Amino acid sequence: MAITHAHASGMGGMRAAGDLVARVQMARGMKIKEAKEYVAGRLKVSVDELTDPIIMNEVRTDLGIGVITPMPGVPKGIEAKFNMAEVLGIEINCVKRFRART
Amino acid sequence: MGKYFSRLGDGSPIELSEKEIMADLVEGSEDAAERGKISPLTKEEYDYLLDLFCTRSKFVSVEPGKEVILTYDAGTLKIRRVGINVNRVQALQIYEKLFGADTMELCHVDYSFKPIKPIATFEQPVLEQALLSTHIPLFYGAMPNLGLYSQPDGPFPNPSELLPLGKIKEAQESLEAAVEESVKDIVYVGSLMYESGADGINIDTTGAAGDADFLAALLATEKLKEKYPDICIEMGMAGEFILGMHGELTYKGKRLAGMFPHEQVKLAEEAGVTIFGPVANTNTSKSAAWNLARAITFMKACCEVANIPVHVNMGMGVGGVTVNDHPPVDVVSRASKAMVEICRLDGL
Repeated sequence: MAITHAHASGMGGMRAAGDLVARVQMARGMKIKEAKEYVAGRLKVSVDELTDPIIMNEVRTDLGIGVITPMPGVPKGIEAKFNMAEVLGIEINCVKRFRART
Repeated sequence: MGKYFSRLGDGSPIELSEKEIMADLVEGSEDAAERGKISPLTKEEYDYLLDLFCTRSKFVSVEPGKEVILTYDAGTLKIRRVGINVNRVQALQIYEKLFGADTMELCHVDYSFKPIKPIATFEQPVLEQALLSTHIPLFYGAMPNLGLYSQPDGPFPNPSELLPLGKIKEAQESLEAAVEESVKDIVYVGSLMYESGADGINIDTTGAAGDADFLAALLATEKLKEKYPDICIEMGMAGEFILGMHGELTYKGKRLAGMFPHEQVKLAEEAGVTIFGPVANTNTSKSAAWNLARAITFMKACCEVANIPVHVNMGMGVGGVTVNDHPPVDVVSRASKAMVEICRLDGL
């Protein structure tokens, strides 16, 4: 069922920019249109391109914000989230805690 | 006249004519309108839904550009429940890399705040490790599940036993005491998980035990937002209607019993909820068309008044989805597409 919804209506998560739009919605309480426009602006892409996995894979690789296939040397996990916080201009809780502990 | 494949709310396959589908759409919507004292769907919306149910495709999707984000409840439970024996961090990785999840939720198999309280310090390292290796936003979630505070599971006399004896006042006092303890547990667990780095806390199946259960979630949200102003709280409901187990509980002067989604969301906003997940229940004896039209009528009214993002619950038995562990793709995809496109949701 999760997969059906993801295919029928979802933004595709890390395949595209779904997780980034979700982060902004959660951090700022933004409605979907607003959240998409914000993320598109920060990534310098159009709103339509946010769900294109080919374009977003390139953007995500260039910005180091995490891709589906973890190539050697490419930021992953918490590393990618440090970059996400910077790119999106939001505070990410686990990044804040990581900094405080290290 | 041709017949079209569809299903009943329990998933049983049926065939309906166009006329029968339209009759069910109208009846379902008007049922919601009458109960919730809200507007039924418009002619254009009925026509849209008729078209959807008469499409011969097995799978349908939203038009490009209308995609929304998905939040989940009990995600890590569901992988293990089908017998895939991975640990919870691996389950999260499966969702983020293979299932296209936009967010995820770490949870314990005993999915209630009360049993998690004594083992919260065992949950925190799992969450912290998960946060190091995953990429998508990660909630920690559980249920208020007020029933656990009643005897024999909990400390307080059982309202379900007191009410048939006519001991209304005693039942109400028991529920009020349960609310107090539940709030402490939700705030305790929520605080620890947020301090471990969770991106949000999901209070799931809110209202499952009635108005006292809803009140506990609202008060806990207030306290968590006061403690951590930037915390994201998602409140997922259990049912379309708040049962008046207590009957006289209020929040900000409004009586909770009898509230429908368009009223529930306003209180959730006042408490400080970030994302609201309303529910409309599926009737297993009615058709998918009836159930979906009814669900959309409730959700549309909720979205029209909401100032916060709305993520309609569309799991098993809710939001027009059939009551099966693994609902069929034909029903789920139609419900998903219609709910997003008619209600202009912020997520599912």
